[in-house]
Amino acid sequence: MTDKEVARPSLVLNRRTMGWISSYISSIVEERTPTWWWFSMGVTVPLTLLCLACLAYLVSTGVGVWGNNHPVGWAWDITNFVFWIGIGHAGTLISAILFLTRQKWRTSINRAAEAMTLFAVVCAAIYPALHVGRVWMVWFLAPVPNSNGIWQNFRSPLLWDVFAVSTYFAVSVMFWYTGLIPDLATVRDRCTSKIKKCIYGIMALGWRGGNRQWRHYEKAYLILAGLSTPLVLSVHSVVSFDFAASVIPGWHTTIFPPYFVAGAIFGGFAMVLTIMIPACALYKPLRDLVTADHVERMCKVILLMSSIIAYAYLMELFTAWYSGNPYERAAFYYRAAGPYWWAYAAMILCNVAVPQLFWFKFFRTHLLWVWIIVQFPNVGMWLERFAIVATTLTRDFTPSAWGMFHPTWVDVCTFAGTFGLFATLFLIFIRFLPMICMFEVKAVLPEADPHYGEER
Amino acid sequence: MRTAGNKASPVYGIAAEFSCARDLFRAAEKIRDAGFRRWDVFSPFPIDGMDEAMGMRRSLLGKIVFLGGLAGFLVAGAIQFAPTTFFYPLLVGGKPNGLFTAPAFFPILFELTILASAITAVAGMLVMNGLPRLNHALFNWDRFKKVTEDKFFVAIESGDPKFSERSVRDLLESLGGTHITTIHGD
Repeated sequence: MTDKEVARPSLVLNRRTMGWISSYISSIVEERTPTWWWFSMGVTVPLTLLCLACLAYLVSTGVGVWGNNHPVGWAWDITNFVFWIGIGHAGTLISAILFLTRQKWRTSINRAAEAMTLFAVVCAAIYPALHVGRVWMVWFLAPVPNSNGIWQNFRSPLLWDVFAVSTYFAVSVMFWYTGLIPDLATVRDRCTSKIKKCIYGIMALGWRGGNRQWRHYEKAYLILAGLSTPLVLSVHSVVSFDFAASVIPGWHTTIFPPYFVAGAIFGGFAMVLTIMIPACALYKPLRDLVTADHVERMCKVILLMSSIIAYAYLMELFTAWYSGNPYERAAFYYRAAGPYWWAYAAMILCNVAVPQLFWFKFFRTHLLWVWIIVQFPNVGMWLERFAIVATTLTRDFTPSAWGMFHPTWVDVCTFAGTFGLFATLFLIFIRFLPMICMFEVKAVLPEADPHYGEER
Repeated sequence: MRTAGNKASPVYGIAAEFSCARDLFRAAEKIRDAGFRRWDVFSPFPIDGMDEAMGMRRSLLGKIVFLGGLAGFLVAGAIQFAPTTFFYPLLVGGKPNGLFTAPAFFPILFELTILASAITAVAGMLVMNGLPRLNHALFNWDRFKKVTEDKFFVAIESGDPKFSERSVRDLLESLGGTHITTIHGD
């Protein structure tokens, strides 16, 4: 070893101590509810109610209240489903894949990102559950014996999807809650009011922080990370099978699974930044934990993913041309230059062109710019799913079956409402649970090393 | 002599406080060498290498999770093969059925294996840690609240064959432990 080791940049700035980390992060939960929180809830709760009202209207009237038609049988419902489930993927990526690759900088963002995953999956799950039509028959998706003697078609990607998404949600909840246990114990031990102590005490499950507990805990966490990593890749692959396993031109391609996964990570990281930058602006001391360095790294991930999907877009066009299949060629001609050309052009602008600004350090380090730029992937990833779903269906094999899709007010209000639901759940999360994983941040402090200060 | 908890109830053990991870680590090595069995160190976060310092082997959880995952895999196999082969064979375009279509069963085989493994990992971790529980003798000690914040503790249980109040107190004191306290039950 050379006598001068290259020092890694410190993960926690301003020499914050363990005590400070606990008291500051818990204080967010303990202090009086801030005014901005009530104002935000004043916007998001009505939006959530709007979503619920639209869903009630949908269930009581029928799927016809949406703009779905022939030929566009999958419209905004599937677009929004893929959009939301994709957003969730960044949370699992940060918590599982960055954990396995020992990227210690993840510790200050993983909790919020995992919460984002759960809430995004909740929003996503609304769509496939309700677009089946008769919601009360949705239990037919589960392989349980029924009096009709009917069983599911296990060779259908739609059924794979049911298993993939429900497994993903269940595993994400377990992963998130396991990570929360030691932090809930911190909040429990700091509580002064009896009721809070009781509630947090029950949620902390009696955690004591003994090494005989930590060793099983760490093993469980490692296993969950190891399980979540292939899981997250499989979920969006299975979602893409909904398209790829069909015989529809423009959907029937082998590039879909990796292309969907890269897009999901791209959109998910954009959403993490969309949420974390305002959160750190509201709670300024958090900037010592979620530092400029964190933001810059996430911007680099977004840039990488943007480049991967740019490659996928080009490869799709090339494959369509090279296949020599006239239907395949037509599908991509109509995707780029058909009636939905604007969606495709805006998608290229949002997903490929604008994120290239992250090549410049200036745009990666100025938070306002970062926040503005990541809005483009947020919009672009929705447009990508819309372009895939709508352009292919509106231009089917025979011109006599061609038709356009027009969203109804119920489509628009339901989609707007899911943002309200997402934001409401997130606001509740930052109000009542520690939004940064305290014990993991403490563990990356230099004094957490049992040989700290010893001569090597 | 400090005590915590109800003095009328039996002694749970003797605990001491340490101020940093390094001191706790050194203390753990000494207690291990002194031959104690029923004791534990408590810290706000998992400490690197503490398992060896306490003389413990790897957690068994990995092997248990393997069994859980295997169960999930078998269940997934059964619920897919049985209906498609025997109860309700779906003939689509004269394509084969049952075992011949195994690749189509892979996604669900995979998902249920993951699901069962994850459930086993979380449930197994909780059971092996004796959780959830509502109370514990250590919670009777006020200073122990800091274990989830920034303080470190050692507790040697009275059930240990080598336990005697005198010698344990002396040992903890010699290791640099402060606020040495006898912990009673409720």
